[in-house]
Amino acid sequence: MFRRLIVLLAVAGASSPLALAAQTVKIGLINSYTGFVAQPADQGQKGFDLYVKLHEKDLPPGVKIELLRRDDTSNPEVGKRLAQELITRDRVQLLTGIVLSPVAAAIAPMTAEAKVPLLLDLAAAGAAIPRLSPYVARISFTLWQEAYPIGKWAVEQGWKTGYTAVSDFIPGHDSEAAFTKAFTDGGGKIVGSVRFPPTNPDFAPFVQRIKDAKPDVVFIFVPAGTQATGMMKAIKDLGLREAGVNVVAPQDLLPDEELPRMGDTPLGLITSGTYSADAKRPANEAFLAAWKREYGDKSIPDFFSVDAWDGMAAIYGLVKETKGSFTADQAMAFLSHWKDPNSPRGPIMIDPETRDIVQNVYIRRVDKQDGKLVNVEIATIPMVKDPWKELNPPK
Amino acid sequence: MGDTLSAAVSIGFHGLAFAMVLYLISVGLSVTMGLMGFVNLAHGVFAMVGAYVLTSLMSRFGVPFLPALLAAAVAVAAASLPIERLLYRRLYGGDELDQVLLTMGLVFMSVAGATYFWGPLQQPLQPPAWLSGAIDVGFRTFPAYRSFLILCGAALVTVLWLGIERTRFGARVRASVDNLRMAQSVGIDTSRLFMTTFALGSGLAGLGGGLGADLLAINPSYALQNLAYFLIVVAVGGLGSIRGPFVAALLLGIADSGFKYLLPEFGAFFIYALTMAILLWRPRGLFGRA
Amino acid sequence: MTPSRAVDAFVRRHRYRLLEALPWLAAVASYFVFPDYLALGAQILATTIFALSADLVLGYAGIVTLGHAAFFGIGAYTAGILAAHGWGEPISGLFAGATAAALLGFLSGLVVLRATGLALLMQTLVVATMVAEAANKASFITGGDDGLQGMEVWPIFDLFRFDLFGHTSYVYCLTMLFLCWLAARRIVHSTFGRSLTGIRENVRRMHAIGAPVARRRLVIYTISAALAGVSGALIAQTTQFVSLSFLSLERSGTVLIMLIIGGVGRLYGAFIGVPLYMVAQNRFSEIDPVYWYFWLGLLMVLVVVFARGGVLGLFDRFRQ
Repeated sequence: MFRRLIVLLAVAGASSPLALAAQTVKIGLINSYTGFVAQPADQGQKGFDLYVKLHEKDLPPGVKIELLRRDDTSNPEVGKRLAQELITRDRVQLLTGIVLSPVAAAIAPMTAEAKVPLLLDLAAAGAAIPRLSPYVARISFTLWQEAYPIGKWAVEQGWKTGYTAVSDFIPGHDSEAAFTKAFTDGGGKIVGSVRFPPTNPDFAPFVQRIKDAKPDVVFIFVPAGTQATGMMKAIKDLGLREAGVNVVAPQDLLPDEELPRMGDTPLGLITSGTYSADAKRPANEAFLAAWKREYGDKSIPDFFSVDAWDGMAAIYGLVKETKGSFTADQAMAFLSHWKDPNSPRGPIMIDPETRDIVQNVYIRRVDKQDGKLVNVEIATIPMVKDPWKELNPPK
Repeated sequence: MGDTLSAAVSIGFHGLAFAMVLYLISVGLSVTMGLMGFVNLAHGVFAMVGAYVLTSLMSRFGVPFLPALLAAAVAVAAASLPIERLLYRRLYGGDELDQVLLTMGLVFMSVAGATYFWGPLQQPLQPPAWLSGAIDVGFRTFPAYRSFLILCGAALVTVLWLGIERTRFGARVRASVDNLRMAQSVGIDTSRLFMTTFALGSGLAGLGGGLGADLLAINPSYALQNLAYFLIVVAVGGLGSIRGPFVAALLLGIADSGFKYLLPEFGAFFIYALTMAILLWRPRGLFGRA
Repeated sequence: MTPSRAVDAFVRRHRYRLLEALPWLAAVASYFVFPDYLALGAQILATTIFALSADLVLGYAGIVTLGHAAFFGIGAYTAGILAAHGWGEPISGLFAGATAAALLGFLSGLVVLRATGLALLMQTLVVATMVAEAANKASFITGGDDGLQGMEVWPIFDLFRFDLFGHTSYVYCLTMLFLCWLAARRIVHSTFGRSLTGIRENVRRMHAIGAPVARRRLVIYTISAALAGVSGALIAQTTQFVSLSFLSLERSGTVLIMLIIGGVGRLYGAFIGVPLYMVAQNRFSEIDPVYWYFWLGLLMVLVVVFARGGVLGLFDRFRQ
C-alpha cells in the first residue's frame, strides 16, 4: 500500500513540467575520420568543436546538446547504415556533418521516410541533393557556385580557348560542367578535357597533355589536400604556366591550410571560393583569433572549418529558438529561413525554395604577405544562388 | 614532331622516376618473400614510416636532406628488427593465411598510429634548395628532384646487384633463396640471414618511401593505398630477385605514365591487363626463382 | 577399430549434429533480443554467406584469393541496376546477381586457375581490380564513385516491405543464409567436396589417381562465385545502395580476415568470424571513431599470436 503510494508520487513527479525542463537534444554527426577525405573532415571537425566549445553556454538553461559522432570511413554504404542506426536506435532529432556527397545522396531518402532533418555541413557536390527529400538543407557550398563564376570571369579576361582537368568523381564532374557551361555561354571554346582517377599519385602525364593542347586557360579541380599539393608540384615541374597557360581553379586547389606547404608555385594563381582565411571582415578576424587560441598559431582554418562552424551555428540557433524540442517540420522551417549576416565567410543565408546555401563568391589571387602566401579576395560576386538549380528548375 | 618527342621524353622521364621509387620500396619485399616465404602485406608500412621520419626530421628538427634520409632508412631498419624477431619469426614456413592476417593487422595499426603521431594530413616533402627547380641541359630542362631520384635508383640497383652477385653475404642469400634446407645443411646461419636481409629490405623501403614522398603521397593510409602497386611489382618481377623488381618497376612506371598520357580514360586498366598477361606467360614472374 | 565401427564413425561425422543448430537458434533469438540492431544483423548474415563462399575456395580447395570481392560486387551491381531501372523484385534480382557472379567466376576461373601460389593470388587481385575499373568507367550505369542511386526494391512476395528498422531484411538474409549453408554443407560432405580436400593437400597424388583436378577447381570456384554474388545482391537489396567499395581490395581482404579469425576450412569459421569482426568494428568505431583501426589491427595480431587457427582452432585446443 505504502509502496504503491510512493510509485504513484514518483510517476506524478516524473511527469510534472518541472521534470521536463531537462532536455537533451541528440544530434547525429557523421564525419569521415578515416579514409581518403580524412583531411577535410578533420578541418571540419575542428570547426564543429570550436563552435561548441565557445557557445555551449549560450544554450537555454536545462537544454543540452549531445553530439553522437560516427565515422563513415569515407564509404557511402557505411554512412547510410550509420544514419539508419542513428535514426532507429539512437533516435536522433537531427543529422549533420557529412563530407562526401554520395553519403548525403544515400541518406537523403531515409530522411523523408523517417522524418529526420539533415543539415549538410561539408558536402559540396551533387547540386540536386536537397531535391531528394524535403528534409535536407545544405549550408556548405556547391561546386557549381564556385566553378560557374570563374568560368564567366575567365571569358571576361579575354581568354578564348579553355581546357578542363578534373578528378573523376561527382565534385569533379560538377565543377567541369559548371565551368564549361559558363565559359561556352560567354563565347569561349573548350578545346579538350581530361579526368584523372580520384586517388591518382602522379599528375605529370596529365599536365603534359594540357601543355600539349596549349589552351589560353585551364580549369583544374582536385579534392583539397593530398591531391592539391601533388597537382601544384606537377604544374611547377612541367612549367605549365611558363608555357603560357593560365590556371584557374575553385578554392579546393589552394586551401588556406595547404598553401604554406606549396612553396612559391601558386603565386598569382586565381581561384574562386567562398572563404579565404585572409579575409579582413571583423567576423573573420574574431573567428581567426579564437581558432589560433584553440589550435595554435601554426594552424590555419579553411573553408571546411568555416562551413562546419556555420552549420553548428544554425543548429544552435534552432535549439535555442525551440528550447530543444522540435519536430522535423519545425526544424526544416527554421533552417530554410536561416540567415547569418556575420559568418566568417560574409553574409550567408539558406534559400527557402531550394533549401540550399546562398552566399558571396569571391575571386581570389595568391599574393605574398609577410613572407607567406595567402588568398587575397580581389572581387566579390554577392549572394550567389546555386547556378545549377537556377538553370535546371524542378519539373 | 618535336612536340611529340618532347612529350615522350617527359613521360618517359617521369615514368622512370616513379619506377625508381617503386623499385626501392619493393625490392626488399621481393627478396624477403623469396627468402623467407613470408607474405608481408605490411611492407608498405616501412616505406611509410621512413617517409614520415624523413619529413619530421627535416621540418621539425631542421635536419638537412641527405642526413635525414640516411637517418630515416637506418631508423626503419632498426625498428623492423624487433618486429621480425617477435612476430614474423613465429610464422615462417607456416600458413600463408596467418601471415596475411598478422600483416594486415599491422597495417591497420599503422594507419591509426600514423594518424595519432602525425595527424591525418598529408606530409609534404620540401626538397633542399640544391635539388629544387630544374636542370638545364641545353635543349630542354628536367626537374632536378626527379633527376636525383633516377640517379639514386640507378646507383642503388647497381650496388644491390653487385652486393648480391659479388659478396659472400649475397651468395648466402642466393643460396638460401634457391634451396633453404640445403643452405642450412651447409652451415649457413639462416636465422641471422633472415634478420639481416629483412632489416636491409625494410631500410631500403624506408629510403624509397622518403625519396618518393612526391609521387606516393605520405598519409596514414599509405600502406593500404599502395599495396597493390608493390605486390604487382614483386609478382611480375619474381620473388627472391634483385633484377626482377627493377624490370617490373620500369615496366609499371613507364607504362603507367604512358597510358595515363595517351589514353587517360583507360589508364589503370591497361596496367592490370599487362600484369595479367605477363603472369599468364610467366607465372613465376619475369625473373622468379623461388 | 573394426570396419563397421569405422564406417559408423564416418557416417556420424556427416550427419547433422545438435551443436549445428546453435547458430540458427542464436540468429532467431537475436531477432527478438536485439530489435534495434536488425539492420546490422541483416548485414552480418549476408556477409556470412560471403565468408562461407570464401571458405569453399580457400579452406576446402586451397585457392588463396585476394579478389573475391569481384563476385560479391557483380552480384550487388546486377541486383542493384535491375532495381534502379524498374525491376525491383527481390528474389529474381537475387538470382540474377548469383548468375552474373557465377558467369564471371567461370570465365575468370578458366584463365586464373591455371596458376598457383603467388601468381594465382596476383591473378585474382588483377581480375578484381579490372572489374572495379570497368565498373568505375561504366559510371553511366553503375553510378561510378558516387554509387548507384535510385534503387527501389519491391516488397518480398508483395507483402513484406523493406522497412527502415530492418525486420524484413533480417528474415530475408537469414533464410538465404540457411539455404546457402545447406548447399555448402552438402557440397563439403559429398564425394566432390572430399576430392577437393585431396586436391588441396596433394595435387600430384590427385593427378596420379586420375582425378580431374582442373575441372573440380573450376566447379568449386564457380559455385563459390555464385554464393558471393548472392551475398552481394542481398547487401545491395537490403541497404538499397551499391558503390565501388563493394569491389575493392579492402573488401576482398576483409572477408579473408573475418574467415581466418573464425577458422578456415571448418564451414563454421564464417559463422563465428563474421559476427565477431563486424560487431567489434561497429563497437570500436562508436567508442573511438578516430582510432578504431588500431584496436581492430591489434585484435587481428593477437588472434594470430595466441589463437592460431582462429576461434574454432581455440575450441579444438580446449577440447584436447
